[in-house]
Order: sequence, then C-alpha cells, then structure tokens
Amino acid sequence: MRRVTSEEPVYVTIELNGRRMTGRATARMLLTDFLRRELGATGTHVGCEHGVCGACTLRIDGVAQRGCLTLALQADGRKVATIEALSASKDALSALQKAFHRNHALQCGYCTPGILMSFSDFLARNPDPDEREVREVLGGHICRCTGYAGLMKALMEAAAEMRRVSSETTDAELAKSQ
Amino acid sequence: MKPAPFTYMRPDSLEEAIAAVGEYGADARVLAGGQSLMAMLNLRLVEPSVVVDISRMPELDTLKVRNGKIEIGASVTQSEFLEWPALEEQAPFIAKALPWVGHFQTRNRGTVCGSLAHADPSSELPLALALLEGEVELRSASGTRVLKAQEFQAGMLQTARADDEIITAVRFPACAGARGTAFREVARRHGDFAIVAVGVIAKENGALRIGIGGIADTPHCIEIEAAVTPKEITDRIENLVWQLGGFDDIHASARFRRDLVRRLAPALIEEVRACAA
Repeated sequence: MRRVTSEEPVYVTIELNGRRMTGRATARMLLTDFLRRELGATGTHVGCEHGVCGACTLRIDGVAQRGCLTLALQADGRKVATIEALSASKDALSALQKAFHRNHALQCGYCTPGILMSFSDFLARNPDPDEREVREVLGGHICRCTGYAGLMKALMEAAAEMRRVSSETTDAELAKSQ
Repeated sequence: MKPAPFTYMRPDSLEEAIAAVGEYGADARVLAGGQSLMAMLNLRLVEPSVVVDISRMPELDTLKVRNGKIEIGASVTQSEFLEWPALEEQAPFIAKALPWVGHFQTRNRGTVCGSLAHADPSSELPLALALLEGEVELRSASGTRVLKAQEFQAGMLQTARADDEIITAVRFPACAGARGTAFREVARRHGDFAIVAVGVIAKENGALRIGIGGIADTPHCIEIEAAVTPKEITDRIENLVWQLGGFDDIHASARFRRDLVRRLAPALIEEVRACAA
C-alpha cells in the first residue's frame, strides 16, 4: 500500500510529454500545481479549480481529463500529456493548432490549452464527429472571448484536415506495401 | 493547493482498502474518479483526514452481464460504460441518459458508482438506479450488503453506506426497458446538473415506470398500469407534482420545476407508448 501522511513531501515521477520527470509533492497537491510549480510546465492553465471551466484539461495515459481534479500522487508513474506536447516548435504547429490560428479560435488564450488537449483526445477517438458532438465536448470548456463560433469552425476544419492527412498516410502506406 | 491536509492511501487490494476504511470510518473518504470528491475537497466542503484511492484497483473494474444483471465495478468510468459495445442492447435507458452525465472530460474519469455515492438529487445515474430498480453492493470487514435503490438512496447527498463500507459495484437489471424508454432533462447547458430530469420505461407487463430527478431529495418513481387513460395519467402526474413540491434555488423556482415535470412526463409517456406499440 502506498501511504503518504499529510504534509510529508514525497517524490512523484511522471512521464511528461515523453520525458521522465520527478518532483516533490505532498498528499494534497493537485496535479496542476505539481506541473506548474514543481516541474515548471506552465502550459496547463488553472481556472476554477473545481472541474467546471476546463482550462486545466490534460491527458493522462492518453485520456483527456481535468488536471485540477487529480492529485499529483494519482499521476505517479503515468504518462501525462500537456499542451507543450502538441507541437515541437512554433513553426511546426499541429493541424488542430493551425486551424485555431486560421479561424481566430482564441483571443486571450487562457482556455486554449485545455480545449486543445480535450480535442486532441476526442478527435483521435472520433475522427468524423458531427457538429452536435463537437458542441457537446466544447461544452466542457468555458471561453469568454470568442463566443465559440470561431472555435466551432476551427474544430470542424481541424477534424476534416486530420481525416485527410490520415487517409493520405494510409494510402501511402498501402502504396508502399504493394 | 486547495484541499485541507489529509493522508493519502493507495491500497494494493480491495481487502486492504476495506481495512483502511474500516479503521478510519467517518474520517476517511473513498476516492475513485474524483469528479465529485476532488471538487468538494478543493472547495473544502469536506475535510477528511484520510483519502483512500481505489481508482487503480483491478478487482473493481468488472463490467459484465451475470444472472440477468449488468454488474459495474467501482472503478469503471462513465466513459468506459458509455463505450461498452453491449450498452444499447443491455441497458437502453442508460444509453440515453449517460451522455448527459457531466461532460466528455469528466466522464473520462468519473465512475458510475462514484456518481451514485455522491447522490446528487438531480444526477442522471441515481435516477437510472431508481427507475430501473438496480442494486448497490457494499463491502466491509464484516461482510457484503446488497441494497435496493430505494434503500440505498437516503436523501440529498446521502446514502445508506455505513462509515466502514466501500461501494464495490452497482447492478442494473439487464434489458430493462427493452420495450421502450425515453429520457429528457432540462439544464441551462448540456452537462450541467439537471434542473429536472425525467425518465420513462415500458415494463414487461405493459405498465409504465416514470422516474423524476431534480425535484426532491432523491429521485422519485411511480408506475402507471397499461389500462390507465390519458386523462387519468394527467391527474396522477398533477398529484405527484404537488406531492413532491419542488424547491427554489439559484437555477430555478419550485414552480418552474413542477411545470417542467407536467410538460416533460406526458411527452415522454407518449414517446414510450408509441415505441412500445
């Protein structure tokens, strides 16, 4: 049994965006605070801290979820992906990020990392969603700048672009194998 | 760091978890998906001295049909249940109600049993438990108890779970409502807590079972036999609405809640009768 008494600092190791990282945490430390303060990964934003606003959404073992409703200790030994994982540099944005750029899907940028992390999971599992499904997932985020119209446009466009790329990749693989 | 200090325990087996909960009783809280508990810890609505994490426990990840019942272990998430290939066939009502539980991001983590443990009066899963007449399995050092929905759901955010017990599974009757089901809820935004939620299923004997959430401390169900006339149905719903009364809060008035039930219930009854016919 893993037992950490209150306020006793312990080491927590996670695989953050493909790199093994270790930091100190106490039992009550939230994953968001662990990432931002201990590991210096400040891409994950903190909003309401009770699971409503969606700003802190990240992926644990691939699955999008709220960083603020997770203890650092619960992520120990797991793979955590944050916004920092989506592109190698600002010149190499992912299809999702490019669509946000083109469609003015962000203004202040506070909610953006959470939305991108939600949809990087959702679109991988549901490559061809209809507008209603995208709206439902977007409902798990609060954006006070865009009015959501730009977001909807960007998300539908990104889904189409990702489908196109994946079908081209499949075609290329098929051609190679033949 | 928002929660008050606590000791974190992650037992390796269910036995260890039961022992830990038995030892600390009311001072301990069981953490599975954390989609209700973590928010309450962050808001300091609860300040347990021990948190027992059961989210990684392989013994609790059951999701299967056994003896005519769908059994869902305490670590099964709402998303896993929603993606279960047999869901539509085995639990047509839940297939309709489950997409309304929270959001994609919270369903990915929140568990089916956790939602029942939290017992919010406007939640969809407690409504499904009451409507489908499911049962909850609880375990402690002294043994296993199985409680029927109405025994388990004790009040607003209250259940009959004893301080030394862990909810290990919930069971719903398989194929309940296969002859027709309907679900609808009214909320300000999809994924928010329902102001009022209504579910209707057609039973094997032709009767309709109607469940209402969000208007009283716990979900409330009534049954209407096959022969009852539409006029009588309206009267019974009217009586029920006044019996339950509803309550005023920041989201809606009691009067608005009563009105929603008056409008939703007959529409859903029509829907189920049409598909059962």
